[in-house]
Amino acid sequence: MKLITAVVKPHRLDEIKEALQAFGVHGLTVTEASGYGRQRGHTEVYRGAEYTVDLVPKIRIEVLVEDADADQLIEVVVKAARTGKIGDGKVWSLPVDTAVRVRTGERGPDAL
Amino acid sequence: MAPAIITLAADAPKLDSGNTAFLLLSAALVMVMTPGLAFFYGGMVRVKSALNMLMMSFISLGIITILWTLYGFSFAFHSGNGFMGSGGWAGLRNIGMGEPWLSTGVPILAFAMFQLMFAVITPALISGALADRVKFTAWTLFIALWATIVYFPVAHWVWAPDGWLAKRHVLDFAGGTAVHINAGAAALGVILVIGKRKGFKKDPMRPHSLPLVMLGAGLLWFGWFGFNAGSELTADKVASVAFTNTQVATAAAMLGWLIYERLRHGSFTTLGAASGAVAGLVAITPACGSISPLGSILLGLVAGVGCAAAVGLKYRFNYDDSLDVVGVHMVGGIIGSLAIGFLSTGTVYPGQAGVFYGGGWTQFGRQCLGVGAVLGYSLVCAAILAKLIDLVMGFRVTEDEEVTGIDQVLHAETAYDFTGVGGRSAALAGDGSISEADASSSKKVDA
Repeated sequence: MKLITAVVKPHRLDEIKEALQAFGVHGLTVTEASGYGRQRGHTEVYRGAEYTVDLVPKIRIEVLVEDADADQLIEVVVKAARTGKIGDGKVWSLPVDTAVRVRTGERGPDAL
Repeated sequence: MAPAIITLAADAPKLDSGNTAFLLLSAALVMVMTPGLAFFYGGMVRVKSALNMLMMSFISLGIITILWTLYGFSFAFHSGNGFMGSGGWAGLRNIGMGEPWLSTGVPILAFAMFQLMFAVITPALISGALADRVKFTAWTLFIALWATIVYFPVAHWVWAPDGWLAKRHVLDFAGGTAVHINAGAAALGVILVIGKRKGFKKDPMRPHSLPLVMLGAGLLWFGWFGFNAGSELTADKVASVAFTNTQVATAAAMLGWLIYERLRHGSFTTLGAASGAVAGLVAITPACGSISPLGSILLGLVAGVGCAAAVGLKYRFNYDDSLDVVGVHMVGGIIGSLAIGFLSTGTVYPGQAGVFYGGGWTQFGRQCLGVGAVLGYSLVCAAILAKLIDLVMGFRVTEDEEVTGIDQVLHAETAYDFTGVGGRSAALAGDGSISEADASSSKKVDA
């Protein structure tokens, strides 16, 4: 199994969710995150005082998938998240040893 | 029977129900400005001291009301000498229920309550300069002393018939000197003594809630009609002039500030709109009874642009006027008070026309006297008081407490709890019920 993590622009969440559903993913976890990459932050001005805000709002989407689906799923997420502008985010995957469905105790791919 | 009827007939015209209703409602409008100010300031600080900022204004409603009842009104408005009133009305006693204030037809007690609301908001205005860093007990002691030594006498100078500035024909319709320059200068005096916040000019100190700031500015604007039009004390044509000028100047100042910051910094900001409106309200306060609506547009624009430029001075001269009390209230108050010397039409105050209305420089000279006297007196007294309080009990919280956040340390509260997970659990007693807070067993907090 693989854990796919995507840190992307918050307003792409709906598109990504729809694309994943169409692909056949049944569950995902979303958390609000903040960070910066190449685009750095932005500048805000309060009564003439300029503040550089380093960390910009992002969302982190996490999905567990079977190994065979991983590469294709990454493509689906990347396509749905892309706006073509700086700050679109990153997607990566990690190997996962095991997973358990809490309600039934099923293990491995059956738990997905 | 006959003498009684004569007495009644003589008594009846002394009080005017229309004027009394107008003034009591105006007093209530001015009262709501203090909570409005609390939100205006509270939204502008970081989240860790939002409650403290609200409390610094709210506590003034408690402290000053009691002092006003005990001796404040008497020292401010009973006849006395040019400097302050006598104690004849201490405890709000010896005030005839049917006695009107001067020739207004309004009971003295109604006038006392109207003026109380001014006495409440003026010390509260100072709090914005001291954000994030002062002990709550030191603050309450400060406003009690400052009101006694500075506000009550200065209100007498400016508004009592025998006040020394009133006798010299200084025009201050609703408090440009007594309220705004007074509070702004005091703020400057205190911050020069207690110093900057940790991280000033280094750490980002963004407003935590601009919607609260806008709400506060809206309440201030609303209440200010009571503040300015109500200062006529009677429901008449001058009150209508004051009401009109208040609206016109505030609108112009908001536009002035917004245009300035768009040209200078690139955006129209909500904080700029709120600040510009307040700057206009401040500047029109002394002038609202004596200038024309067109004069108000000019004054508003000057105040909006002037204050927007003035709030940057703290970075150049390196004093931490946290929420720009000096930049908005002192500078706005000075602009409004001096503008009377140019824009006073002389219609309401014959013989007191300004430079632009053929009155020469006489009135401008008087305005300079009023501005200088109040500014100097308040600044010096506030600095001395702050120094004394600092020596006796320490004005500031410790650096650790400042970093942690004053809400948690001094008030044992947090402004917002958005955690659904219960990150902060209740202190549970052995039987699982929530234990009663016990000051002796919990960490001793030196407020």
